[in-house]
Amino acid sequence: MNVDFPQLAAIRLGFGLSPLMPPPQDPAELLAGLGLAAPEPGSMTSEQAREMTKLRTRLRRARYDSEAAEKEYSVQNKLMGRQLARDLQGRIARAVDDPFGFGERLVQFWSDHFTAVPTGLANNPLGSAYVNEAIRPHIGGRFEDMFFAADTHPMMLVYLNQNTSRGPNSMAARRQPDKALGLNENLAREAMELHSLGVGAPYTQADVRQLAELLTGLSYNLQKGFEYLPQIAEPGAETVLGVSYGGENKATLRDIRLALRDIARRAETAQHVSRKLAIHFVSDSPSADLVDQMAAKWRETDGHLPQVYRVMMTHPELEATFRQKVRQPFDYMVAALRALGVTGKQVMALDFPQLPAILFQPLAGMGQRWMRPVGPDGWPEAPEAWIAPQLLAARISWALQTPRKFVKPLPDPRDMLQTALGGTQSPELDWAVPKAENRAEGVALILASSDFNRR
Amino acid sequence: MILLNRRLFLKSAALIGCSAAAHPLTSTITFAALPADSRLVVIILRGAMDGLDAIQPYGDPMLAKLRSKISTGPDNGAMDLDGFYALHSRLAPLMPLWQKGELAFAHAVSTPYRDKRSHFDGQDLLEAGSGNDLPIDWRAGGWLNRLLQAMPQAKAETAYSVGVEPMRILSGEAAHLGWAPRAALTMSPQAQSLLDHVYHEDALFRESARDAFRIASETSQSEMGKGPTADAAALGAFAASRLNAESRIAAFSLAGWDSHANQTAVLGRALDNLAAAILALRDGLGANWGSTTVLAMTEFGRTVRENGSAGTDHGTGGALIMAGGAIKGRRAYGDWPGLGEGQLYADRDLMPTRDIRAYAAWALRGQFGIEQDMLERIIFPGLDLGRDPGILA
Repeated sequence: MNVDFPQLAAIRLGFGLSPLMPPPQDPAELLAGLGLAAPEPGSMTSEQAREMTKLRTRLRRARYDSEAAEKEYSVQNKLMGRQLARDLQGRIARAVDDPFGFGERLVQFWSDHFTAVPTGLANNPLGSAYVNEAIRPHIGGRFEDMFFAADTHPMMLVYLNQNTSRGPNSMAARRQPDKALGLNENLAREAMELHSLGVGAPYTQADVRQLAELLTGLSYNLQKGFEYLPQIAEPGAETVLGVSYGGENKATLRDIRLALRDIARRAETAQHVSRKLAIHFVSDSPSADLVDQMAAKWRETDGHLPQVYRVMMTHPELEATFRQKVRQPFDYMVAALRALGVTGKQVMALDFPQLPAILFQPLAGMGQRWMRPVGPDGWPEAPEAWIAPQLLAARISWALQTPRKFVKPLPDPRDMLQTALGGTQSPELDWAVPKAENRAEGVALILASSDFNRR
Repeated sequence: MILLNRRLFLKSAALIGCSAAAHPLTSTITFAALPADSRLVVIILRGAMDGLDAIQPYGDPMLAKLRSKISTGPDNGAMDLDGFYALHSRLAPLMPLWQKGELAFAHAVSTPYRDKRSHFDGQDLLEAGSGNDLPIDWRAGGWLNRLLQAMPQAKAETAYSVGVEPMRILSGEAAHLGWAPRAALTMSPQAQSLLDHVYHEDALFRESARDAFRIASETSQSEMGKGPTADAAALGAFAASRLNAESRIAAFSLAGWDSHANQTAVLGRALDNLAAAILALRDGLGANWGSTTVLAMTEFGRTVRENGSAGTDHGTGGALIMAGGAIKGRRAYGDWPGLGEGQLYADRDLMPTRDIRAYAAWALRGQFGIEQDMLERIIFPGLDLGRDPGILA
């Protein structure tokens, strides 16, 4: 099938076509739109998140003092429990309103590449802050800056236990020998395995230990927030992948930045992360040619991401592999709302209990519990992982039940077929939609179709 | 036949010198009959369960020297099993099973995976059931799927993947079903028939929707349970309901085992879930529990020494937990390698003394009559079955 660039870009690199917004005309327009994914003024920050969690901790301690105190605690607890659904709501609204969608798709991709899960209610706000502070500012910049921002962010330090890691010979460990303070290698391992080099790269257990030693000093706690503490850092130089860092004077955050920068610029990282991008946006088995071209651009530009994206969006494989990918549940929901002409404002108008019932719980039923992937490797990519019977049932049910909650009356399915798929649909869908018994089922057929669920 | 099976076969066939042109599932291999009654449940514990804390070898004096905040034995609430091992206090709900001979474990087991200690490669290898000599690619299929391929009477209903997490262990060519306790699907007959037409040219959607409509018509949506173990219990209860009908094999996963810090809390929650899932299986299966084997397997164990955060890091040798009326329980299987100097793997991990696949393979042999050749070449390529540990009653 021949698909022109605007449609291809909207469907494969964005969240699909919309009756409200024209698709991007060329790669330059698509890349220019990345700025729209910058953090919004007033969005959640680490500091706000810390205040919320501190308040909750204080109220929790006092909750048995009086009935009023108990009430106050339960209000705060509820607020933080609801943060996940609120976060999803905000993300969906922004994605629905993004004219081209590529920026918000990248926010989703990179948040998943650098998966950091707020395990437990107390950290839910920090999970929102993480995306605003570590991911959004860097999707149109250099990979090394995002790598550093993500792997030193409080959310990541908490998730991968860096906040409890201590240099075995650090001042802190020597002063408190009875506490048996020591290394935690969780972040160091994932920083190399998942975030940069890839598991196939020639790093060893010794490199993991050395990087773990180098990362000591990174600290986050509720009282003081993020700090770099030389007294918990392992003294002396560390050698990671043959390069020595620090050691002359006091340990500093700068040594960590240098090490992560060097890892980010390595050829293995260029290859691994380019391949991940290609797998997410293009095909589960991207050609060596596509990945090599992206990796070459990465090495040439020290990982300047827009230039790497440009290689991907102008490569003929983007068209040749049309509809080989399945939209992940979040992308699917956004695409459906866009195709229906729903606005971000309408999404933001949802309140409890409709918000979880219409968006949050169905997303979990489709296999994507918001902000709760199972492990630091994030969400799966293969279509088979998302279209198991129980997950497809959740998509079909949502397609039947949800559109009428946003759009009254529902559009004529024959018109919606054109606005949603723009002529790229299969003859089977063309045949079936006009035969639906009512508008709701006609709209559901479009949204449940494999044409619409694929990209 | 899928590519990997063929490649696996060619590789193993070349090793034993038989004709490379033969079909992997014909020639010397006999098909297994599907016994009317045997049931197998595999629970994948994602994140690497600390076997040394779940089942504490407190009889080894080194344990107390290497760990102080965790694995503190019967003096601190763990339940003595045999004078050497003690069960973690959070597995207390399973003690009645131990007493009845319906709970057992094997210590110091591992897959062939070594050294990089990646959860994801480790889980992929555990579910693929293969050795280290092949690239890991989960679409190449899991070992439960190859088991189905070796059973000519197996049909889609024979095996269930339960929950919303993808189960690589069941992926592959052989048809099987998947459903989640809270899934549901209803549509007017006209809309359903139109959707069939829409999906007709797309095999993935067509087959998935066909299964979804059928299962939805046969099952009812589970009641929403309460409490932190409700999801785990729902997985067990749903699996049991299918195993009481036509299914004989079920797989699901429980996450939350990656206890790098504050292990007492992290592992405690995970063990609560495991206990809840096993008890829901037992309660749901009723009389069929007697013919059931449950294998709870994890990708690898954790460091023998406690780390600086009252937790443990990724290790090698781990533990396999077995339950069910079909097993010979109330006993510890496996050779204990010791925790002393020179006895650890890479001076940090429990030394594996047996391939975890050997236990699974002996279970398949005993429960489904799968022949050794099939087990060692096709289902677990490269496995040396070794002596029979005698895990089945």
